[in-house]
Amino acid sequence: MYNFEFTKPATIADAVAALGQDDAQALGGGQTLLPTMKQRLASPGTLVSLNAIPEMIGVCVNDVGEVCIGGATTHAVVAREAAASYPALAALASHIGDPAVRNRGTIGGSLANNDPSACYPAAALGSGATIKTNLRDIAADDYFQGMFETALEDGEIITEVRFPVPHKANYQKFVQPASRFALVGVFVAKYADGVRVAVTGASSEGVFRWAEAEAALSANFSKSAVEGLAAPEGAMISDLHGTAEYRAHLVKVMTGRAVAAAG
Amino acid sequence: MPKDHGIGASSKRREDVRFLTGRGRYTDDINLYGQTYVHFLRSDVAHGRLNAVDTSAAEAMPGVIRIFTGKDFEGVGGLPCGWQVTDRHGQPMQEPPHPVLAQGKVRHVGDPIAAIVAETPAQARNAAEAIVLDIEELPAVIDMKQALSPDAPKVHDDLTSNLCYDWGFVEDNKGAVDEAFAKAAHVTTLELVNNRLAPNAMEPRVAVGDYNPGTDDSTLYTTSQNPHVIRLLMGAFVLGIPEHKLRVVAPDVGGGFGSKIFHYAEEAFCTFAAKQIKRPVKWTSSRSEAFISDAHGRDHVTKIELALDGDNNFMAIRTETYANMGAYLSTFAPSIPTWLHGTLMAGNYKTPLIYVNVKAVFTNTVPVDAYRGAGRPEATFQLERLVDKAARELGVDPVDLRRQNFITTFPYATPVAVEYDTGDYNATMDQLLTMIDRDGFDARAAKSKAEGKLRGLGINCYIEACGIAPSALVGQLGARAGLYESATVRVNATGGIVVMTGSHSHGQGHETSFAQVVADMIGVPEAQVEIVHGDTANTPMGMGTYGSRSIAVGGSAMVRATEKIINKAKKIAAHLMEASDSDIELKDGQFTVAGTDKSVAWGDVTLAAYVPHNYPLTELEPGLEETAFYDPNNFTYPAGAYACEVEVDPETGKVTLCSFAAADDFGNVINPMIVSGQVHGGIAQGVGQALLENVSYDENGQLLSASYMDYAMPRADDLPFYQVDHSCVTPCTHNPLGVKGCGEAGAIGSPPAIVNAVIDALHRGGMTHVGHINMPLTPARVWAAMQG
Repeated sequence: MYNFEFTKPATIADAVAALGQDDAQALGGGQTLLPTMKQRLASPGTLVSLNAIPEMIGVCVNDVGEVCIGGATTHAVVAREAAASYPALAALASHIGDPAVRNRGTIGGSLANNDPSACYPAAALGSGATIKTNLRDIAADDYFQGMFETALEDGEIITEVRFPVPHKANYQKFVQPASRFALVGVFVAKYADGVRVAVTGASSEGVFRWAEAEAALSANFSKSAVEGLAAPEGAMISDLHGTAEYRAHLVKVMTGRAVAAAG
Repeated sequence: MPKDHGIGASSKRREDVRFLTGRGRYTDDINLYGQTYVHFLRSDVAHGRLNAVDTSAAEAMPGVIRIFTGKDFEGVGGLPCGWQVTDRHGQPMQEPPHPVLAQGKVRHVGDPIAAIVAETPAQARNAAEAIVLDIEELPAVIDMKQALSPDAPKVHDDLTSNLCYDWGFVEDNKGAVDEAFAKAAHVTTLELVNNRLAPNAMEPRVAVGDYNPGTDDSTLYTTSQNPHVIRLLMGAFVLGIPEHKLRVVAPDVGGGFGSKIFHYAEEAFCTFAAKQIKRPVKWTSSRSEAFISDAHGRDHVTKIELALDGDNNFMAIRTETYANMGAYLSTFAPSIPTWLHGTLMAGNYKTPLIYVNVKAVFTNTVPVDAYRGAGRPEATFQLERLVDKAARELGVDPVDLRRQNFITTFPYATPVAVEYDTGDYNATMDQLLTMIDRDGFDARAAKSKAEGKLRGLGINCYIEACGIAPSALVGQLGARAGLYESATVRVNATGGIVVMTGSHSHGQGHETSFAQVVADMIGVPEAQVEIVHGDTANTPMGMGTYGSRSIAVGGSAMVRATEKIINKAKKIAAHLMEASDSDIELKDGQFTVAGTDKSVAWGDVTLAAYVPHNYPLTELEPGLEETAFYDPNNFTYPAGAYACEVEVDPETGKVTLCSFAAADDFGNVINPMIVSGQVHGGIAQGVGQALLENVSYDENGQLLSASYMDYAMPRADDLPFYQVDHSCVTPCTHNPLGVKGCGEAGAIGSPPAIVNAVIDALHRGGMTHVGHINMPLTPARVWAAMQG
């Protein structure tokens, strides 16, 4: 790790100001950034911690029934505090990494990083969440723009994520044996106006919606509706943990299981 | 009732008090006055010509003391290989030099090029980034069969090819073996890979070199399983320092599994550099560095065949194995696929004819050497998968086929040069079957099926050769070392006992189990016996701990030294009680004169030895300290039967271990709790090999599995609760404790059980086209196999 400056602002305004400096980098829970820095693959001049901004921490339900999670809220807090309001989301949060990761890693950090194998992008896209930043509201459908790519501008901070609560939802993760990230993870959510299916881990383009499954499930929300589908096409990842063909197959299996588990 | 102390008692591990309370003293805990830190700049290409190393900018960096390159080692020896294998044609293996720092070429990702010594670790690392390398990248050879093609790039330019040796065993049997195959009623053939593993001891390697200009003494603190071996190899072959000017200390060591047997470049470097700069030099490996600098294990590609007669008797076994040596010969690398592998190919079976061919190959990968089991897991895996496949092809019960071919009379001389002294393979199989409720399997399989899972049962046997090894024999086989062990037993004036052993404990619990033996022999509390190990300055020349040898060889040396102590103590006691030596009996720490009520206590005798006022000084020296060296006259042969049940998810290929049972015959057992723990850990590593772990290179020699993000270690939730049993005992006939050793059994016996179970599950699920799946049986591989 190279030397760096460290600042821990208490307000969003101060954080935005600090991120305006040259070579400044936002720090969420640091679960990706710090290992990268230890490997000397990243060398920010200043780390701006977002973990001491009270308005960015916590889980609540707003007037329209959305579950609102502060950008600096840890996975452990989401697992605990969203359990009643959005059980599928809480369950997803409770299976990210291990206890140490869940007590450091944040939802904003995960979404800003947009790792192609991370769990939260599937929940946000699968729920049609709104990513609120210090500048604007971004619909999940516009937010994810490929592996490690998002709609965020430099210095833009995720302050909150708002999840419309579906009638039914479930997340199924098939873990990569070593990292236990998602080899394939599928988030299925049934809303009044249709079903959303978001897939993480599988595609080299990052999280994506599986349109054929959404159509089939919107017509008939049952595992059998998925079984009739061909495995999704697209730029599936092929690596030492699984071929593209295997990942595509798993997408279908995990989608079916998520539907079954959603009830 | 179980014993509560001494031999056979599950005494609690005394070393755990310090290990579990953070009071262990590991090599990284050692920090010396004026210490400097070294960072190794390592090759990031697998194969390249090292045209230039420009250190000028780096030398000017803050905190840099000195930068070393291969040039600094031109007058210094290379890392030696401790075993010379002779090939099928009577020629010695090809043995390339192994420089401490790369000279002329780099040969694997991780090959050290330069060593930067600085005031802090960060300064050393910063300076490394300022070194300018001119490396002309060359095509790398990764695949062993490709490495042997005539036009393959050569890892070592001065060798005739990438073939280290082509070994035939027993070469004279080859014709008879081929003839048996020609006459066989049935031949079963299996091609398989024994996957390459990274050892991953919990404590990464560390070395601290120190030099005292006032005395010209060098000291190396290192994470080693055998400090005397390191002193000998490094002193005599690399640095030219005689033993009396070189001390090697291996303090608390957090696991080795073989990877800390070998003499590594970093150890030699720290010792060498400390003398050059006259300050201590410390290196602490990172986990990332460990993946590319610790010797790997396994990595065999094998074709094995079994010939059976019309009555399903095994007639002959024939194997052809390609064994990866990596880029250089690590300390004991040549012996692993040969003498620790070929000699085990008889397994538990009375196969009269066996021929083993092994081609050892250089590739542009990290060197490969012993890893828990070392050659024996490879032999067991081949054989037990092969027998299972044969049973399936013949439509016979795999247990019955094994029993029919078991060796049942002992001693038994195998056709592969070893003689099993004792064993009872039916007894361990019987014991296993009482543990696993085989009759209930169908009901369990039906329950699994109702839940959408395929259930399978895998059973196998194993045998290993431990208690390594008779020195004269291994000398004939090419070892450049003896394999005895030593112990000094020092009795203090007030009766306390210190045992200085050449064995080394790095998780095995010797401080507890060795004390149990001595306490039992003399009849004193275990707490009165202290075990000292790991420092060449205060222990007799020993060969260290590996190959499940410590209790069988080190324990035997300790018994012999303790017997000498008892003999002398009896003479002193006889003098004190004015009786004849031959009438003295020792029991529960009391010396008595047979047939009388006379007695003196242990402490009376030990005090007399050091305060010899009333003492037979004309016949006996004062003091009570004895040393023994023990050289075994055979290997020991632990054996057993293992079983596991798995569930396979037919939709995803995921394998779940449902149960695991191990019935072992370790001979006599000193501490059953410690033995169970050894089996538990061994099975965990076997599960890792069978289901999770794999060192994976791309075709350019880049390591794909270079961190825990991609190298899957077994975790607690990957494992079922084990049933382990070691109540079947056929004591070893040739060592004083009747012990065989238990350290590697779990890792040897478990992989075939798991793979057999998965294949069984798939066949029961109708996927009879699946003959074999190469380890690790990841979900992706199992699913792919199911697709046909």
